[in-house]
Amino acid sequence: MSLNVVKFPVFPHLKKIIFPPRWLILFFLFLILNPVSSYAQEDLSSSWFNYHRVNMLVFLIFFFAVIVIFIERAKVGKSLFIRRIAGLDAIEEAVGRATEMGKPVLYISGIEDVDNIQTVASMIILGNVAKMVAGYETPLYVPVCMPFVVPIAEERVKEGYAAAGKPEAYNRDNVRYISSEQFAYAAGVNGIMMREKPAANLMFGSFYAESLLMAETGLATGAIQVAGTANIHQLPFFIVACDYTIIGEELFATSAYLSKEPKLLGSLKGSDLAKAIIMIILAVGALLDTLGITHFASWFYIE
Amino acid sequence: MVDSGQWTVIMKKILEKLENMDRRIIFIFIALSIAIPLLFPVNLNFSVTQPVQSFYDAIENLPPGSKVLVSCDYDPSSMPELYPMNIAVFYQLFKRGDKIITMQLWATGTLLVERAMNEVLKEFPDKKYGVDYVNLGFKEGREVVMVSMGTSIPRTFPTDYRGNKVETLPIMQGVNTFDDLTLLMNISGGLPGTKEWVLQVQSRFHVKLGSGCTAVSAPEFYPYIQSGQLVGLLGGMKGAAEYEKLLKRPGSAARGMDAQSVSHIVVFLFIFIGNVAFFALKKSKKRLKV
Amino acid sequence: MRREVPIVICFLAGLSFILEYFIPHQSVRPFFENFRQWAIIVMTFAYVLGISNIVRVNYHVIHRKGRDWFYKIILIVGLFFMIIMGVFFGGIGEGTVFFWMYNNAYSPLQSTMFALLAFFIASAAFRAFRVRTFQASLLAITALIVMLGRVPVGENVWKSFPDLVEWIMNVPQLAGKRAIMIGAALGAISTALKVLVGLERTYLGGE
Repeated sequence: MSLNVVKFPVFPHLKKIIFPPRWLILFFLFLILNPVSSYAQEDLSSSWFNYHRVNMLVFLIFFFAVIVIFIERAKVGKSLFIRRIAGLDAIEEAVGRATEMGKPVLYISGIEDVDNIQTVASMIILGNVAKMVAGYETPLYVPVCMPFVVPIAEERVKEGYAAAGKPEAYNRDNVRYISSEQFAYAAGVNGIMMREKPAANLMFGSFYAESLLMAETGLATGAIQVAGTANIHQLPFFIVACDYTIIGEELFATSAYLSKEPKLLGSLKGSDLAKAIIMIILAVGALLDTLGITHFASWFYIE
Repeated sequence: MVDSGQWTVIMKKILEKLENMDRRIIFIFIALSIAIPLLFPVNLNFSVTQPVQSFYDAIENLPPGSKVLVSCDYDPSSMPELYPMNIAVFYQLFKRGDKIITMQLWATGTLLVERAMNEVLKEFPDKKYGVDYVNLGFKEGREVVMVSMGTSIPRTFPTDYRGNKVETLPIMQGVNTFDDLTLLMNISGGLPGTKEWVLQVQSRFHVKLGSGCTAVSAPEFYPYIQSGQLVGLLGGMKGAAEYEKLLKRPGSAARGMDAQSVSHIVVFLFIFIGNVAFFALKKSKKRLKV
Repeated sequence: MRREVPIVICFLAGLSFILEYFIPHQSVRPFFENFRQWAIIVMTFAYVLGISNIVRVNYHVIHRKGRDWFYKIILIVGLFFMIIMGVFFGGIGEGTVFFWMYNNAYSPLQSTMFALLAFFIASAAFRAFRVRTFQASLLAITALIVMLGRVPVGENVWKSFPDLVEWIMNVPQLAGKRAIMIGAALGAISTALKVLVGLERTYLGGE
């Protein structure tokens, strides 16, 4: 049984009637005409649909459709360009350097649980890193902050070693839970950095105030450091203390970038298109609002 | 005697040392710049910024006797910045005669909140637990807890921190969802914190929300002030100090302002020295090339 | 089945949270509410998972007398000491052993760790703010303005310093921040959708 959405039976029919230009025209018409406003209800407890939130539903469906369309395009063999992300290329360089020096690689997946999508993205990168590390026979340490991340990290590292053809090199104890407490975790990780002196520190996920504590310690040990987070307030700290920093959404593009799988590349392209459309909407909305036409912008208020 | 050639070499060495200064020297200066003003304060004057004024006004403009939820989501690590805010928020609410319902989404913050409450209660000895204030305690589940409270607060917190049934407490009579609260104040040390309260609660249940957060995360919340999703913001110790000034009750945040000022000047000077050394070295290298 | 079952659970759980957002009908409210209660209960079990991993990893080191094995004993003893004190010796309220440990050991240690940030920020700022290029100059000058304008001394030097800082925070800072925020949010939605429908399953392993 496969739950791949692309294989949903309804999709071929959808595909016949939906393609980007028509979608866009319909989407913008829908936004401008705002046909659902007359159905707005006051008592929602007896309603099966909250019409105040129809804009969110439209956005969700639109966004999802765009992604699916691009995945389909990628699957039929259309070549999709993806720009170079220096930070991701640097991972291999960092692992290579660790191998040359005969020192371990340290992978830090942030301090949030698996319900945070940044941690999921981090786990995806971890799998690729494990594969690389196993190929070079370099030890990989993965200190974990959240308990639920432990089994996933173990699984990802194990899979990476297996994919590299070296399942026997996998050491379960190298994936270890430190503490769910932010600074206890930071102290634990800093301890590993100072004792083991890893040649490469890879930090991907959701970070808070511990980011600079760890990155500065890593810098002091002379490790090559690559970091990535979508937590904007921590980006300056990583930028000053790391050799490469992956900014914001680049973190979510990593699985597509590293695996080059069509379905993932397609989804990346899809979200890029959605972003372009949002940029247009923002510009149009700002212009119309400046001219005193507020109807368009009012559509985006979430009730 | 040192000739001009030797003098140039010595200068170059000094400049190189300054450019790549041992960070332990910086650490010593920072430690002194914080410790000395704390020991010998000069009480520098400062004004109140708009986000802090809005935060204060949001509470001040409430109808008397309002029920306010204060979610204290922090732990001892961010105590110097957030504990003074916590105390000040409790103080302003009690002073106005409002009722405080407090809760925590950080396991290790509960005892701090109890401490803050006990400290403020010294100034309001007539306030009764269960009538004027209640501590719902800590609940695991982060965003899920927030959303769950939108459906039923007593179901999300069946008992309070002291083990009482929440439904039986006088203060909780008539409090079922966010609609029954006049204001929500969040003291945020990270995750879960203000961002999650905005995304999960403010945008969904349209509660009036104010935030007190660490200085490092304050810039992240500025978009929410502009969009009206936050009624006010206390950013770090400076925000707390401004708030204390508005309350005319100087506390530890106001006392920390001198230390913060001097340490910022020290960092400024180090950056300046670093750049002077950088440029001087660059110039001397250019001269050598010529 | 090893991978299909988690994907089905993930899909149903995600779908439930999405549907809840759009369906306000009172008859389905209890269902969603129960679902959230399950989530809270499951999240609480994370502590069990964490403790078991800590015990397993450290027990191995202690058993084979590996490097720093003595510290591992202290770690395990500390862990169980706090649990036992909190559960069996008067709880965590004022006057208890737990409370004493919290105030006199845990609290100062946490504060110390966070305080280290001030030192690290200073050394990082010293290193980073070199006026090498035009962009770097812009960054350094802005940082210095914000740094001085954010503390009372700036205001005492020039009265309008705080206003200038507020403008920087409200206009250029906000514009950049919003751009990254929107991009990151879209990336997160896209990844979440892929996880939800099972397109992105690499995090489960066994691809």
